[in-house]
Amino acid sequence: MTPEELEKIAAKEEQARAHIPHTIDVCLGTTCMALQSDKLKTALEQEATRHPVGSKCQVRGVGCPGLCALGPLVTVKPEGDLYKQVKPEDAHDIVNSLGAEPVARLKCDTEQPFFKRQHKIVLENSGSIDPERLEDYIAAGGYTALLKCVTEMTPAEVIDEVVRSGLRGRGGAGFPAGLKWRTVAKAAGPRKFVVCNGDEGDPGAFMDRSVMESDPHRVLEGMAIAAYAVGASEGYLYVRAEYPLAVKRLKQAINQARAHGLLGANIGGTAFTFRVEVRLGAGAFVCGEETALMASIEGKRGNPRPRPPFPAESGLWQLPTLINNVETYANIPTILRQGADWFAGIGTSKSKGTKVFALTGRVHNTGLIEVPMGITLREIIFDIGGGIPDGRVFKAVQTGGPSGGCIPEEYLDMAVDYESLASVGSIMGSGGMIVIDDTSSMVDVAKYFIEFCKSESCGKCVPCRVGTAQMHTLLELIASGEGTRHDLERLEALCDMVKSTSLCGLGQNAPNPVISTLRYFRDEYESRLAG
Amino acid sequence: MTTPSQVLTLKIDGQDVTGRADETILQVARENGIHIPTLCFLDSLSPLGACRLCLVEIKGSPRLFAACVTYIAEGMEVLTKSDRLNKYRRMIVELLFAERNHICSICVANGHCDLQDLAREMGVTYVDFPYRYPRLGVDASHERFGLDHNRCVLCMRCVRVCGEVEGAHTWDVAGRGIEAHVSADLDFPWGDSDTCTSCGKCVQVCPTGALFKKGVAAAEMVKHRSFLVRLTAMREEAE
Amino acid sequence: MKVNKPAPPSDDKRWRMVDATMRRYNYRPNGLIETLHTIQETFGYLDKPGLQYVARSLSVPYSRTLGVATFYNYFTMKPPGAHTCVVCLGTACYIKGSGDLMTELEQTLGVKAGETTPDGKVSLLAVRCIGSCGLAPAGVVDGQVIPKVTVPQMLTRLKDSAQ
Repeated sequence: MTPEELEKIAAKEEQARAHIPHTIDVCLGTTCMALQSDKLKTALEQEATRHPVGSKCQVRGVGCPGLCALGPLVTVKPEGDLYKQVKPEDAHDIVNSLGAEPVARLKCDTEQPFFKRQHKIVLENSGSIDPERLEDYIAAGGYTALLKCVTEMTPAEVIDEVVRSGLRGRGGAGFPAGLKWRTVAKAAGPRKFVVCNGDEGDPGAFMDRSVMESDPHRVLEGMAIAAYAVGASEGYLYVRAEYPLAVKRLKQAINQARAHGLLGANIGGTAFTFRVEVRLGAGAFVCGEETALMASIEGKRGNPRPRPPFPAESGLWQLPTLINNVETYANIPTILRQGADWFAGIGTSKSKGTKVFALTGRVHNTGLIEVPMGITLREIIFDIGGGIPDGRVFKAVQTGGPSGGCIPEEYLDMAVDYESLASVGSIMGSGGMIVIDDTSSMVDVAKYFIEFCKSESCGKCVPCRVGTAQMHTLLELIASGEGTRHDLERLEALCDMVKSTSLCGLGQNAPNPVISTLRYFRDEYESRLAG
Repeated sequence: MTTPSQVLTLKIDGQDVTGRADETILQVARENGIHIPTLCFLDSLSPLGACRLCLVEIKGSPRLFAACVTYIAEGMEVLTKSDRLNKYRRMIVELLFAERNHICSICVANGHCDLQDLAREMGVTYVDFPYRYPRLGVDASHERFGLDHNRCVLCMRCVRVCGEVEGAHTWDVAGRGIEAHVSADLDFPWGDSDTCTSCGKCVQVCPTGALFKKGVAAAEMVKHRSFLVRLTAMREEAE
Repeated sequence: MKVNKPAPPSDDKRWRMVDATMRRYNYRPNGLIETLHTIQETFGYLDKPGLQYVARSLSVPYSRTLGVATFYNYFTMKPPGAHTCVVCLGTACYIKGSGDLMTELEQTLGVKAGETTPDGKVSLLAVRCIGSCGLAPAGVVDGQVIPKVTVPQMLTRLKDSAQ
């Protein structure tokens, strides 16, 4: 497909839409689907056929608008009214209200900070396009960046643009994406690979699931641009098997893109070829670690191996491999479309752009949010999140999943970026943000995460395999009131040792939840000690 | 660009040494008589970097590096002994003793055991972690050899020698994390294995009494490993 | 050297689906995990004859095949019960009490997480995170997600699906 043909599809799509004065968008993301939004969609469609206004109305399934706490969500256009907790019984009233007064009892305030304080780049299409239609993505400007890259830019120019944007990896560590791309581009090899890490293993995180479900083509476009930039022609999308809807939509999207010449051979009428395949994970947190993920794609146990060599030089089948996560690739099309300077204008001096967070736990507005880097934790939790429910008191916010830490009240006014979160003993991580109130014990929270790391340890290196098991035993002793001061000292010694000596990131970061809770909530440990 | 055969100069424990660019810190240290403790490492098997005993400090980095998988670099300054390293190594040995049921007095490898040697070297005289006392079995189904899971440290020497040298790949690790254990074929009793050639290499490379020859009494099993280097050298010669 | 393709463990037609997956990967070892997914999807679990068949078809050593099958949580070597009852133990659900929920279910059903009741009717399972943190604590009975779930709700739903 050429840029002109792409434009034609977008124009045709716009024309078709002009004939439909009303659309009703129903969220068909995993969370709303669990609340049976698919049945709701059927009810709305049936209602529309019964109603005179129905012929002028289109009911669409869309991705996630983000406010999962109030699902199923329905958006009515062009009015832009958002309806919350909609049931199939409400279908009649909604269809009836088209072009008239909105249904007051279902209305969700879209002027509230939850919506107004967000800045959407990665999620710009989430909740407003049908993820199962390529045309929807194209009408929203999709694939223009890819075709611009392959027809107007050299691979080096694409990489320069990504470097200048300041985009850092969204998987956790925050390594500058452009530099990684440049290393892979320079690496010599008969074949190269581009891999997308969609193994989102952090419990309490669903950013990548939502992006893959709500806007699958964006991820593919990002990967294709990366492939062009580094000189790869094959790619793998490694997705958790626990995300069947994401898998289905990605596979569908790959087939659509291939059928339209946006993936496969001679993309944009050029010599550039890129084939991509979905590979299923099988329930192993450690496979989020890049060397373990590659072992898994090769059909092996997900055991990490020592680095160097880094995947950029020796990755899949010992060939140069670029690995980024879903959110990183999802930023790419917009960066190439709007320019590096535009992107670099958002965020803080060292952390550019936005970050998607899964805001959950003891907070009113649980859901998926995208905010500019540099926003404070207080704004996220109390403005966007609406604060703590049931009259309880904020105690800590956990970021970064099992590799992260718990941040107490005193740091809530800190600006969120990679460095600041690390400075208080946590990490940005992939974007899980779990709010904890005064009903939870921090010793139990630490025990929960260590139990997780213990059972997710691959067992290859001694510190992680045995160290996390010992930490868990010691924490159980302390939590049950039988632990002694000596046990607490041994626990701290283990934290230091496991962190310093483990082979991969899972082990090196496993002690973080214990270290950070000991740092800020030591009294909770001490008060549980025996004697 | 450095080429594999290029000679590099570096410092290990303050001593000026040289090595080829394709050599690891461990290799160069050994060539120069500098001892670095190891457990999973065995000459002629692919390095694993899993036991973490050979971790060393490199000047300029807060991280620690496994000497068995880290290649030397020009001007590198390596420290193989420090209070910090000693502390961690000691804990690693303690963790191994606490992980399974190591009872030296009844072990065939008593006195000839790599784990015991390491404990002596690290000065481990007691274990300051809760013993885990897992319930583990012994596989005595093989005619000539036995496997006592209680004594296994998961170094994967048996897995590697079986796959890389013998080519049978009878052994691998099943399960994961603290539940991981070596298993033959599809977790068959060793004696029923279709693929085992009964060559006994795994028994010889095992650092403890986990894999043993039947019929030897406690403390009588001395393992012979020189065959491995010889075998590899002869193979290379033949090629 | 191409090894002759072995015969499937039984004449069950479902092995054709497994064969189709292996063919898609050209009988190369890297198709192992995808093949195990197909077996579990079609048969509900993995067993040794099945693993043996796949190992020989893909030229993967038996020991590595078992190593892979037992490494990943998603694969099970036990036949599932007639009904499955899943509790999400992701962080958001845990903060909202799914740990206690699990303990109570274990007591009520008389089995531990990961086990099936002796009559083969119910399998109780824990998952790490189903990614529906907005619905915490979440339970899943026979594939149906139950938002903000309680123990009585789970049991009622189980009873309903048993009928």
